[in-house]
Amino acid sequence: MISIEILVTQLSPLQRQDIERWISNEWVRPDRGDGGYVFRDIDVARVRLIQELRDEMQVNEEALPVVLSLLDQLYDQRRRMRELCDALRRTAPDEVRRDLARHLAQRTP
Amino acid sequence: MEDPYQTLGVSRSASQDEIRSAYRKLAKQHHPDLNPGSTKAEERFKTVSAANELLSDPDKRGRFDRGEIDAAGQEQAPKSSYRDYAEGEPGRRYGRAGPQPEGWSAEDLNEMFGKMFNGDHQPGANSRMRGRDERYALTTDFLDAVNGVTQRLTLPDGRVLDVKIPPGTADGQVLRLRGQGGAGNTLIEIHVASHRYFSRDGQNIRLELPVSLSEAVLGGPVEVPTPGGLVRMRIPPHSDGGTELRLRGRGVPGHGSRAAGDLYATLRVVLGPSDAALEAFLRDWKPEHPADPRQAMEAGQ
Repeated sequence: MISIEILVTQLSPLQRQDIERWISNEWVRPDRGDGGYVFRDIDVARVRLIQELRDEMQVNEEALPVVLSLLDQLYDQRRRMRELCDALRRTAPDEVRRDLARHLAQRTP
Repeated sequence: MEDPYQTLGVSRSASQDEIRSAYRKLAKQHHPDLNPGSTKAEERFKTVSAANELLSDPDKRGRFDRGEIDAAGQEQAPKSSYRDYAEGEPGRRYGRAGPQPEGWSAEDLNEMFGKMFNGDHQPGANSRMRGRDERYALTTDFLDAVNGVTQRLTLPDGRVLDVKIPPGTADGQVLRLRGQGGAGNTLIEIHVASHRYFSRDGQNIRLELPVSLSEAVLGGPVEVPTPGGLVRMRIPPHSDGGTELRLRGRGVPGHGSRAAGDLYATLRVVLGPSDAALEAFLRDWKPEHPADPRQAMEAGQ
């Protein structure tokens, strides 16, 4: 949980205006506290990801929303999958899980 | 530890630009956030980043070339990457359809298990594919949209739907009725008619409240219409026209996690029919503190 000032110092040379623009584009959605934005760990990691995409991989800001939207969809699906696996692990009997694994390994249509 | 030049695929005499572009190319390929399941990509990315960190810094590169430090010497503790959060609980914050609550919605379950139990899921076997969504529009009364109502809708094919409009429904909101037996969803766009004196401002309701001259000057109890019925309110003495009074919690009623809004009444002084006594009084009236209400205005502005 850190403020925008601390974030800017940590991610130098990233500019405060960059982060503020990303927030107004809703690419990053920090909480709002009494003294301004409050960034959780995931927000910080997301800012860093956007910074890397833009500055190191040269994905320009025009293309960024497309990339972020695809990533968000990908992570939605992966989260679902994790939850599904977790639910299977907790509820399905060993036998069912073995059958499932065997079936998937056979690659039957 | 690999030779960082080999890692990036550049020669020992590569320029800084060549190193940067080689790194960018590899970063695009192996960035862990772009390859969420692959530990290989993650390892590769770490190596590539470490190599870049070493070679992109002329000072470190020089020391490495001179054999003063080895390739691993500069490796820093890796920062946790976006995917460490995105795949877990915190990732719900950036769900595609906005922040998501915990647990699966009926829609999520349907998306996964609908396919699972429908049996036939060959591509092209569209006999079991979900039907198309149907869209309808429904106009509803202002207060019905505020307070919630069940309204009957007759479809063009003669079917009759009872549409449950939840309290606080806004103009343009789309309600979704789940299709049954493989049929598509029915989407109903709600149009909220305007009201004679109420208007919506999010969860708050605004209204212009006419008051008599004596109520404005002397104050006193008045009855204010609210979406939930008449409510008594005390007007403070000397309330000028345009004064805004708030009735807390008397706006749009709360629903689910949404709190009730407030009602804002803006006073409008109404003189009423002409009154000889009032006119006679005013003619003789000498104000205690004579004031020009237009004093702040400047000519021509």
